[in-house]
Amino acid sequence: MSVDLEHYLIVGAILFSIGLYLALAKQNFIGVLMGIELMFNAVNLTFVAFSRFVESPNPLDGHVFVVFVITVAAAEAATALALAVLLYRVRDTINVDRIDSLKW
Amino acid sequence: MIRPLAEWYDLRDIGNAVGALLEQIEDWGAPDWVPYVVSGLIGVVAILLWTVLSVLAFIWIERRVVGLMQNRIGPNRVGPMGLLQPVADALKLLFKEPVTTRDSDRVLFWLAPIVVFIPTMVVFAVIPFGERMVLADLNVGVLFLIAIGSINTIAVFMAGWSSNNKYALLGAMRTIAMLISYELIQVLVLLAAVLFVGSMRLGDIVAWQQDYGVWLIFLQPLGLLGYVIAGAVEMNRSPTDTAEAESEIVAGYHTEYGGIKFGFFYQAEYLAGFAIAAVIVTLYMGGWTLWGLEEWVPGWLIFLAKLYGVFFIYIWSRGTLPRLRIDQLMGFAWKFMLPLALVNVLVVGGERLLWQEAELSSGEALPLFGVVNFVLAVGLIVGWAWILGHRRPDRVAHRAILTKEVGAIFYGEPAPNI
Amino acid sequence: MDDTGTVVAFYVLSAMTVGSALGVVVVRNLVHAVVFLIVSFMGVAGLYITLSADFVAVTQILIYAGAVSVLLLFAIVLTPRGERGNSESFLRLPALLLALLVAFTLGYVAIDTDWVISDREGFEETASVIGEALLDKYVLPFEIASVLLLAAMLGAIVLVRPETPTEEAGE
Repeated sequence: MSVDLEHYLIVGAILFSIGLYLALAKQNFIGVLMGIELMFNAVNLTFVAFSRFVESPNPLDGHVFVVFVITVAAAEAATALALAVLLYRVRDTINVDRIDSLKW
Repeated sequence: MIRPLAEWYDLRDIGNAVGALLEQIEDWGAPDWVPYVVSGLIGVVAILLWTVLSVLAFIWIERRVVGLMQNRIGPNRVGPMGLLQPVADALKLLFKEPVTTRDSDRVLFWLAPIVVFIPTMVVFAVIPFGERMVLADLNVGVLFLIAIGSINTIAVFMAGWSSNNKYALLGAMRTIAMLISYELIQVLVLLAAVLFVGSMRLGDIVAWQQDYGVWLIFLQPLGLLGYVIAGAVEMNRSPTDTAEAESEIVAGYHTEYGGIKFGFFYQAEYLAGFAIAAVIVTLYMGGWTLWGLEEWVPGWLIFLAKLYGVFFIYIWSRGTLPRLRIDQLMGFAWKFMLPLALVNVLVVGGERLLWQEAELSSGEALPLFGVVNFVLAVGLIVGWAWILGHRRPDRVAHRAILTKEVGAIFYGEPAPNI
Repeated sequence: MDDTGTVVAFYVLSAMTVGSALGVVVVRNLVHAVVFLIVSFMGVAGLYITLSADFVAVTQILIYAGAVSVLLLFAIVLTPRGERGNSESFLRLPALLLALLVAFTLGYVAIDTDWVISDREGFEETASVIGEALLDKYVLPFEIASVLLLAAMLGAIVLVRPETPTEEAGE
């Protein structure tokens, strides 16, 4: 009974697909953002799993990638949430089904 | 380096007794994971017992000491000299009816006190109480402290949101704003300390201070000041408890909590205080070492004495200083402390590089750094405050001109002789 | 990795992570969904620790659970009260099919490929090596990331600033 690379990759795949469903199917803008963050997490998990198990001259490059992904995800979350607040101010709703036209 | 295990009755390091117990368990032929789990359990139980007893003791100590500072006797009715006051407080909180407000979010309302309590307890897992008395000497100990401290913001938000009370939500927002601002300063100051020592492991930092025979308090006074202030804000204690003080916002994010739920918040506040004091003692004041005294006096006694001393300073500041307004606090963090913390990181990094490159011995480098840092700290604080416009007001109070400012004292030109 | 502790930890933590991710999908209230998301972040941090990635785990807790979650909660507070339900849009069935397809594809690729597994026993200490790599080999992305963070910060402030009324020259 051992835990290998495949186990982590499957967990990452499941998390990624749940995040994809959230990003595509949620009506609330913040729900979509939660899906995107979950996808980032799944990708990070796969990077770290690869860096731990796979033969490589610099194994810790995977961790460096993860640090960059976390940084960019934080910046993106801040900007996206500022956009959400602005969207509420302009369109009076954050329901993505109702924000489907460029002009009124 | 860690010395080998001494005899089990060598109380200077309780880790000796635990080590002997674990060896005994291994000799009895238990599987490999049993000593590991047993040592973890012993550590957890020890931390739980110690924190609860310390909080009980300090409820009494704080109220008496603050009372004496404010020229009144503290609690002295319950038991001899009021010593049973904490017990009375605990019993009162246990027997009060835990009211859940009507339209609140029941799950979050119930969960918030627990989530507030847990991070303050988990912090003690990485702090070395003695040479072998660390529950988990992580390689990233300092970063762990900061990360666990940042979970407090979620708990505060959950408490404020689920109360369905606009003052609670407002208090929670203010507390979160305060917490994240001072968390940034905390990170920068701890970064300077880690940069100088060269390791994020708390056991290594204490060993560094023991090897070089100097405490980081002498080498980084600006850092210590920044961390003391940032820690005071993280603790939500006076003089920075604007978000939860009764005269400000009706107890802020824990307005709607009563009974044992409030007991959790109350205890979490004290535990946060102990955690910050423990981090200050470990990082800046040498942890469980005292320049060689730990050969005779047990290390954990020295640690506890230092911890209670630092916590006493916080109690002292509570009894003495007036409360700050929220905009004064935020302005102080972003405009005053943040530039100083950044300059501190630069200076400490430069000194470390100088020490390595110029290959100075520690005997001549460290006193030089200490003096330079101290002068720089004093100069920066005074100079930056002067640049920001906080000049000394003219301290001579003048009589008010009765027609214009009734009952006022104004600083400025002297009142004409009426 | 075949010692009992790591195996048990992996299964418990991945059950917690996947379970709370499913909780984000299912729950009816947006704030509860964010709390489940926080639990999922913690689970992923635990999985990093089983992979002996200590620095990344603590960074994950610090940034995701401590900062991004607070951002999400603040955005919920600043957006309308009526739209705090966590309902699905009309595209839910195609999205579900797509998500299942992606999951099966990734899972199949993960199991079927011949990965070149090394004999490493786990990392000793990752923070110093990551630090050296960040300032040695990856210094350009490091600097660009700091500029990116500055841009995001300024952008967020400018976007959310309240509109000041234009002053008309009175006289």
